[in-house]
Amino acid sequence: MSVDRDIQELLQQRVAQAMETRTPLAICAGNSKNFLGRESDGEIFSVADHRGILSYEPTELVLTARSGTPLDEIEATLAEQHQLLAFEPPHYGPGATLGGTVAAGLSGPRRAFAGACRDFVLGTGIINGKAEILHFGGQVMKNVAGYDVSRLMTGAMGTLGVLLDISLKVLPVAPEQCSLSFSENRATAITRMNQWCGRPLPLSALAWHDQTLYARLSGTAGGLQSACKKLGGEPLADGESFWAGLREQRHAFFATSDPLWRLSVPSATPPLALPGEVLIEWGGALRWLKTDADASSVRAVTASAGGHALLYRNGDPSGEIYHPLGDGLLRLQQRIKAAFDPLGIFNPGRMYALI
Amino acid sequence: MSQANPQTAETRPVTDLVAEFRHFLPAESVLHEAEDLRPFECDGLTAYRQLPLLVVLPETVEQVCEVLRVCSRRQLPVVARGAGTGLSGGALPLANGVVLSLARFNQILEIDPLSRTARVQPGVRNLAISQAVACHQLYYAPDPSSQIACSIGGNVAENSGGLHCLKYGLTVHNILEVQVVTMDGELLTIGGHSLDSPGYDLLAILTGSEGLLAVIVEITVKLLAVPECAKLMLAAFATSQAAGAAVGRIISAGIIPAGLELMDNFAIRATDEFCQAGYPLEAAAILLCEIDGTEPEVDDQIAMVEELLKSCGASEIRIARSELERQRFWAGRKAAFPAAGRLSPDYYCMDGTIPRRELSNVLKRMEAMSKDYKLPIMNVFHAGDGNLHPLILYDANHDGELERVEELGAKILDMCVEVGGTITGEHGVGVEKIDRMCTQFAKPELEQFHALKAAFDEAGLLNPGKAVPSLARCAEIGGMHVHAGQLPFPDIERF
Repeated sequence: MSVDRDIQELLQQRVAQAMETRTPLAICAGNSKNFLGRESDGEIFSVADHRGILSYEPTELVLTARSGTPLDEIEATLAEQHQLLAFEPPHYGPGATLGGTVAAGLSGPRRAFAGACRDFVLGTGIINGKAEILHFGGQVMKNVAGYDVSRLMTGAMGTLGVLLDISLKVLPVAPEQCSLSFSENRATAITRMNQWCGRPLPLSALAWHDQTLYARLSGTAGGLQSACKKLGGEPLADGESFWAGLREQRHAFFATSDPLWRLSVPSATPPLALPGEVLIEWGGALRWLKTDADASSVRAVTASAGGHALLYRNGDPSGEIYHPLGDGLLRLQQRIKAAFDPLGIFNPGRMYALI
Repeated sequence: MSQANPQTAETRPVTDLVAEFRHFLPAESVLHEAEDLRPFECDGLTAYRQLPLLVVLPETVEQVCEVLRVCSRRQLPVVARGAGTGLSGGALPLANGVVLSLARFNQILEIDPLSRTARVQPGVRNLAISQAVACHQLYYAPDPSSQIACSIGGNVAENSGGLHCLKYGLTVHNILEVQVVTMDGELLTIGGHSLDSPGYDLLAILTGSEGLLAVIVEITVKLLAVPECAKLMLAAFATSQAAGAAVGRIISAGIIPAGLELMDNFAIRATDEFCQAGYPLEAAAILLCEIDGTEPEVDDQIAMVEELLKSCGASEIRIARSELERQRFWAGRKAAFPAAGRLSPDYYCMDGTIPRRELSNVLKRMEAMSKDYKLPIMNVFHAGDGNLHPLILYDANHDGELERVEELGAKILDMCVEVGGTITGEHGVGVEKIDRMCTQFAKPELEQFHALKAAFDEAGLLNPGKAVPSLARCAEIGGMHVHAGQLPFPDIERF
């Protein structure tokens, strides 16, 4: 059983050493998201021992914890007070930590309705590439002082700095939740999901797979009753485990050794002309695709729909994983990387070969 | 760190510059006579005024790119400007700089009701978006009090909030994509019409960057379904502490109101006198709590809130029975600023945010400071998200009073930082609070900000001297000064 510990000075010293010797560091904690992104062959730099919830007051809707704190511990603490991380982060394993969750910036089924991981990040403490400990944002909901560096850290895959602690906005658990299913083909399901999103309904997840549309509603008893009446469909038995299965990718769809693509597209995009099996989340905005189609055509078709394609699982970790950036954006992102990590010691190449 | 230095700026005659701009801009889009420049000399923070070298009003993205290329080549600082309603001097011109007005970018380019997005130009007014999509039962959620006049481009630059932030978020939560032009004239698309985009989250960095990183030329906003109904409750309390405690109780009961506002007795009396909102005048504080959603949902939650308010000792609870009554309850809150203006020749509006648990502590300390300085403070408070708007009443005609007000204001903001809050919740830093940034951030953070700025704008030509102080400079600067009850835009609501 691990105990709460503050090892930020130790971490800071190690970054300073790495600077001196120009040793790249591969930042890790619970290793639950190792599969994601490109490989980065730095020296293992674990923040797992930097852990513990630093503050949590339910009435403030804010929780602050060290980056190595297990996600399980955070969610259990919130659940005691009937609160939750509204972006429903995937764990992908028992070791998942808060730091890894924010660094990967992943969000679960509730994302299209409650917001993404980055939407809930209020503040961070980091070590930058000059071995300085910096604090951005804070523990309040509204804060426009200085650039929003905390959100920039979210989803940066540890390439801009080492996350030390993170403050998150948390939300109350809705009093009631229920799930419905509808028999529907893919194209009609996409339209229907988008139409529902344009109506004042207490939706908290919408997905489609294998000719079935799934909806989850969260709200007060009265609110759910009237919404269910409006929507129709069949009650989905054991809805909670269905949505958890999607979030954690335990659903049978994800059991594959084929390349698994994550296509992020405008929500009303009609079915894309790509071979393979599809599972849709986020009311149409997220499409999982199992395909043996070549990467360039997956990227081209997705981009022409206004989206981007991430090779999520079963890709070549030394190849291209994230959707390529245009020249202008790539140059800008390289300069931002250099502004935080001038010697390029944090997770080099984890996102892009040149970042 | 690079910042534009007025001494090294090229000093070719203005006429030469005017001629260069007129190569690609119509003559009437390049202003250089003092009388034409006058309307641009300040934004909503009228205490600070400065005529720019000239003002350009491009109409196309290509013209914006060209303006920035010319300014880059000539090392001329550029201040981008939307509607000019900002309260922190973010659009204050520089004497040796160009004001780049986006006023002519005023078109709604595309509305997609199925995807619930609207693609708009930066000069479009915030409220105009909601009006344009109302026929689809959609709206744009962030509602800064100046929404009738402020532009969406300015909202992005300031990360504007509004009365409904707690439930619906700030600008950063409600936009999908921006097209920006960098200082060297390159057009970039940041974000996308999908819910995320590859690489770093540059959309988050640009939102609230106060015009220091790039010039926004197009925005895609998210639209939400108009709630089926909204109900407003008013509760009176014998102490501010009890009202503050009730806010915590509502939230820990799992209810996120659409709006949750607190007013102290001074504000209750002042606004009631001003617009006869019918508030209970003897209450130490009132809470206004708005719940929205589907009708059964709202009814469920209103019943819960009513019970909670009773158990928190509310001496009186009213639920607006009609839309008219709802508007009347809100009218008092929305009249706080003009009411302050009627009571006092001048007032100074603060914008700190604190953790809610510190509310009664902060109110008590503010009361003591108010006595110390012999300056009355009226308190209105976005209680749901901890955003304070204390209004310090004073008379600038009294010698030295303005200086004492600024000193008191600085103390209040320093206290906000001390209790774990921030110097600005929604008005931005601009020139107004640039010295307070030194309270909020230490040297390494400020250096990191400058490095980030340089990644976008190496020569430091975009809005230099605003938002992030140079390490050497923490000048003493004031706040939102309102002289003789004259708001910069008297017709715009301010709350």
